[in-house]
Amino acid sequence: MSKKFTAVRLLCAFGIAFVLTVAIIFGVSEEPVTAIYNLFLGPLQSKRHFFDVFASSVPLIFTGLALGLVFKSGNFSMIADACLYTGAVVTAALAIKTALPAGLHPAVIMLLAAVVGGIIGSIPALLKVYFHTNELVTSLMFNYVFFYLGIYTVTKFLADRAAGTFASLKYQPTASLGSLISGTKFHAGYLIAIAVVILLYLLVYKTKFGYEIRISGSNPEFAKYSGINTSRVIILTQVIAGAVAGLGGSVEQMAMYQRFNWQDSPSYAWDGVIIAILSGNNPKNVPLAAFFLAYIRVGADLMSRRSDVQNELVSIIQAVLILFVTAERFMAGWKQRQEAKKALGGEA
Amino acid sequence: MILQDIINTLSLPEFYFAVFRSATPVLLTTLGAMIASRSGTNNIALEGTMLISAFVGVVVSAFTQSAWIGFFGAVLAGFLISNILAYFILKLNSNSVISGIALNTFASGGTIFALYLLTGEKGASTSLASLKLPSIDIPVIQDIPVIGAILSGHHVLTYAALILVAVIWYMFKYTELGMHIRAVGESPDAAESVGIHVKRVKYTALSLSGILTGMAGAFLSMGYVGLFSAGMTAGRGYIALATQAIAAGNAVIGMLASLLFGFCQSLANYLQSSGIPLQFIQMMPYLIIIIAYTVYCAMVERNKKKKQMRAAAGK
Repeated sequence: MSKKFTAVRLLCAFGIAFVLTVAIIFGVSEEPVTAIYNLFLGPLQSKRHFFDVFASSVPLIFTGLALGLVFKSGNFSMIADACLYTGAVVTAALAIKTALPAGLHPAVIMLLAAVVGGIIGSIPALLKVYFHTNELVTSLMFNYVFFYLGIYTVTKFLADRAAGTFASLKYQPTASLGSLISGTKFHAGYLIAIAVVILLYLLVYKTKFGYEIRISGSNPEFAKYSGINTSRVIILTQVIAGAVAGLGGSVEQMAMYQRFNWQDSPSYAWDGVIIAILSGNNPKNVPLAAFFLAYIRVGADLMSRRSDVQNELVSIIQAVLILFVTAERFMAGWKQRQEAKKALGGEA
Repeated sequence: MILQDIINTLSLPEFYFAVFRSATPVLLTTLGAMIASRSGTNNIALEGTMLISAFVGVVVSAFTQSAWIGFFGAVLAGFLISNILAYFILKLNSNSVISGIALNTFASGGTIFALYLLTGEKGASTSLASLKLPSIDIPVIQDIPVIGAILSGHHVLTYAALILVAVIWYMFKYTELGMHIRAVGESPDAAESVGIHVKRVKYTALSLSGILTGMAGAFLSMGYVGLFSAGMTAGRGYIALATQAIAAGNAVIGMLASLLFGFCQSLANYLQSSGIPLQFIQMMPYLIIIIAYTVYCAMVERNKKKKQMRAAAGK
């Protein structure tokens, strides 16, 4: 029953988002059919666009995993934003300043970006454990601190003065995760993302530590009294989540960019919230949830290029989905009627 | 050298004027966050609420050619957004943090989407002839040297924010609504049992937080700048969460925490040509607020422990 209810509710949330999207497009556009066609079917029009969806889903998989893990442990840190951004800056620095053989270069870079991400991820957790601060509040502030630190690093040490805009020097050709299917952006980073999905799934559902994470999240009081070291759970989950986000920033840079030009922090960490929610904080479902958001993103980009509707429409869809998917009592009336029907039917 | 710059800056009356100016939007939002928090709900949507209000204020003032109608529009927008949040949290049992993040996502994309529809641009509302709210000179005070330069000639919403500090302090201390909000926040069950309509009080508290945050949004886009630009709130809604936590429900401490932020922010503005890298100056206000917040939390915890120890020793 409850599984069916969840499915129906999910479907209704998607239905509301869909109807609202179509209504907005008809309201604002002079070519609504073109816009709707490109938004929903654009990515299917060519092999290139379809594989773009996979490529665009890679950073979303990483942040979705990171936030899902933190949510699972009952915490609420947004530090993944800083981890991802700084991981990308570390990647830029190493991709420009170091020289290593082709296979080894990306591996070393990813490792260091993950380590830096993990260290940054630990900060709000450590402050929470030792000074009883709220990790959401401190992580939101630290995101700005690390963003400015990153901008400073790039402008001071890595900038290409000849570029004319904010951009670093070009990365060494060895520091690249190349495309796996020619003519598309489908890159090796996707396989790394899937490998992390599997690792995190095993961690959360097949290890003792994973059990501790789940108990700490679902029943913190019980966790404390059953002898689980909750401080350790808080710190370690956020270190792992930070490392995953840092790795995500690194993969994204090496796969999709030849120089660093993130003048604003990309919204991947915030997108991670909806991925985590749609996946039910289960790593197993993250690639699908990320695929969905990436599909809409690619479609929206095509829509804004080929019609008069702008791709910011996606954040409206995203917000509506988050609101309705997480609304516990949304459709509660429907559930009650179903249960009443069942109960009455059982009596008869 | 840098120390000399700082000392020079600190001796300028204009600097202290700028402290109040920079503190105003954070102060209004802090007060809003405080009312919500005292009623037991964390309003994470402040950032997005402020952004939408800033946008609506500019658009309404441009189309009506009245700054005050624009201001009213901004406040109304704040009221509506916080009621949407309240509906999801209180009626549909949503997680307040996640719903807040959803509304922030909506605000950051939605305002750009709407801005493009109206102006064909995504960056700023430069092509809209929007209006600003006035600044006010205070008679007598404006003629006092130094103090006049610091305290007079501020934006009308800066004065409003300072007056609201007193109003909200009074509200929590002496009015029925204030006491109901505190009761509901501290123990909803106990409040319910003495006949307080818990949900209605929570709706009211969130509405008030939206109204105050709407004023902050109006200050940003209709204060000194006079236009809306994408993402112009720059995390002030999040800073208010920290200053609110430091204030722990006391409007006066909320004002001091906001002034601390204003102090850092305007020091940062003054030091931009001092040779300190720009990015370090920009990160300073956030860093100082983190430090202040962490010190505050550590102190609260230490006091708690001391009390426990004393209680244990008493036995």
